[in-house]
Amino acid sequence: MKIIVDEDRCCGAGQCVLLAPEVFDQREDDGIVILLTAEPGEHLRASVREAAAVCPASAIELDESG
Amino acid sequence: MNVPASVLVVGASAAGLATAEALRRQGYQGALRVLGAEPHLPYDRPPLSKQVLAGAWDPGRALLRPQAALAALDAEFLLGDAATGLDAGTRTVHTASGRALRADAVVVATGLRARPLPGQDALSGVHTLRTLDDALALRADLLAASRCVVVGEGVLGAEIAATARGMGLDVTMAGPQPAPLAGHLGPVVAGQLAGLHAEHGVRLRLGTAVGGLAGHGGRVTGVRLETGEVLPADVVVVAMGAAPATGWLTGSGLRLDGGLVCDSRCRAAEGVYAAGDVARWHHDTAGGLIRLENRTNAIEQAGLVAANILGADQPYRPIPYFWTDQFDARIHVYGTPSADAEVTVVEGDPAGRRFVALYRRDGRTTAVLGWNMPKQARLRRAEIGDIAGLAPAR
Ligand SMILES: Cc1cc2nc3c(=O)[nH]c(=O)nc-3n(C[C@H](O)[C@H](O)[C@H](O)COP(=O)(O)OP(=O)(O)OC[C@H]3O[C@@H](n4cnc5c(N)ncnc54)[C@H](O)[C@@H]3O)c2cc1C
Ligand code: SF4
Repeated sequence: MKIIVDEDRCCGAGQCVLLAPEVFDQREDDGIVILLTAEPGEHLRASVREAAAVCPASAIELDESG
Repeated sequence: MNVPASVLVVGASAAGLATAEALRRQGYQGALRVLGAEPHLPYDRPPLSKQVLAGAWDPGRALLRPQAALAALDAEFLLGDAATGLDAGTRTVHTASGRALRADAVVVATGLRARPLPGQDALSGVHTLRTLDDALALRADLLAASRCVVVGEGVLGAEIAATARGMGLDVTMAGPQPAPLAGHLGPVVAGQLAGLHAEHGVRLRLGTAVGGLAGHGGRVTGVRLETGEVLPADVVVVAMGAAPATGWLTGSGLRLDGGLVCDSRCRAAEGVYAAGDVARWHHDTAGGLIRLENRTNAIEQAGLVAANILGADQPYRPIPYFWTDQFDARIHVYGTPSADAEVTVVEGDPAGRRFVALYRRDGRTTAVLGWNMPKQARLRRAEIGDIAGLAPAR
């Protein structure tokens, strides 16, 4: 799994951080998403899928081909 | 409960798509159909009053998912066909084009319909904003106009005023409240918002109810206040709220009262559920019927409805959340703010345009608001105690 975040879409909601704090964080100044790891380990994937689904700005895209 | 062999989702937007996605994510392998009145692929509404209206995004960027992701869902999208009726007993949905769609579970996700001002249909130059087509029509009209009056001082009205002002128009905001969002966020934050709009040159004609529209030769020329004064305008945007799109459910026997009324499981009848802006459900810790109009609720409630369709039998108890962008202000709100709450700034400084405020009522924190401090506001979300014990529904 590879995660792609679109900073320009992100509205700083932080829903992703609530669901997968090991993978996502937010910038201190404007709350825009920070990707801590683009290729999360197996045990994190379910919560990353959940985060991508609940992001209210559709800013998280997953490439599950790899 | 048995897992249904077929699910029909009515409404192909945020809540409808999220229901379909959540069903598949949670392992549902049965037949899945999504019926939508609009011809467009599912798109997102928040950008309509912001990036799309401003012209910063072309409409394609507002799509909720790329085509490939929709295809991977293995759901049949029936678009451009509106539901016209529901037989709740057999769970059969009738559509405008004459289809009769039966399913073991039906999810109502038809959202809201903008409330027009009486007489607006007879005049050109008067708009509401709910759909992509609305946004494009409004943008085209704004590009050719110089004076715009926004009727409505709620979130949507304030966003549209800010965007139109950013496009260089002369903008006036009218409405009965003393300041933008005053009834929702209380005087402290609303006062700050009024200052922001005034500083950017939006004329605030607030605190006076709007009486109607003035027109000439079939085109709007202004907005008439109840005092008799007319605010001149080439374009008028009516943002006075929206009503649940439940007209098609009249006669279904389901309870329609400010939305489709549901139990704590978001179920309106056996095998019939509701999610998103249209759903008015029993919040069992708040102890009453609640309807939320925000983007994250559409997704969270859809996730819970999907789980319940698959047999989870869980109550829906979200901590509400919404954000709004106006000029350089990004405001994030968790919980249930109210005009009568006591508001305390706990971080940052309103004068510096970055702060976090807590809303308290009866000694309990009911909401957290961040003004250009999204992360800091989120970190305090756990302090909300009024709807205690609430975890986000997944
Ligand atoms: C301009 C605008 C800006 C917004 N900005 C924000 C924001 O910044 N932050 C935030 O949190 N929220 C915002 N919101 C609110 C957010 O967009 C809504 O909460 C969300 O769209 C609700 O999703 P929904 O799927 O329940 O309803 P909707 O998005 O309204 O979708 C309902 C769908 O059902 C379809 N439909 C209706 N009737 C029928 C029928 N009879 N048959 C078939 N289909 C039907 C409609 O065509 C529509 O596509 C905004 C809303 C608007 C309009
Ligand atoms: S949930 Fe989406 S919008 Fe919110 S911070 Fe994460 S990426 Fe950004």
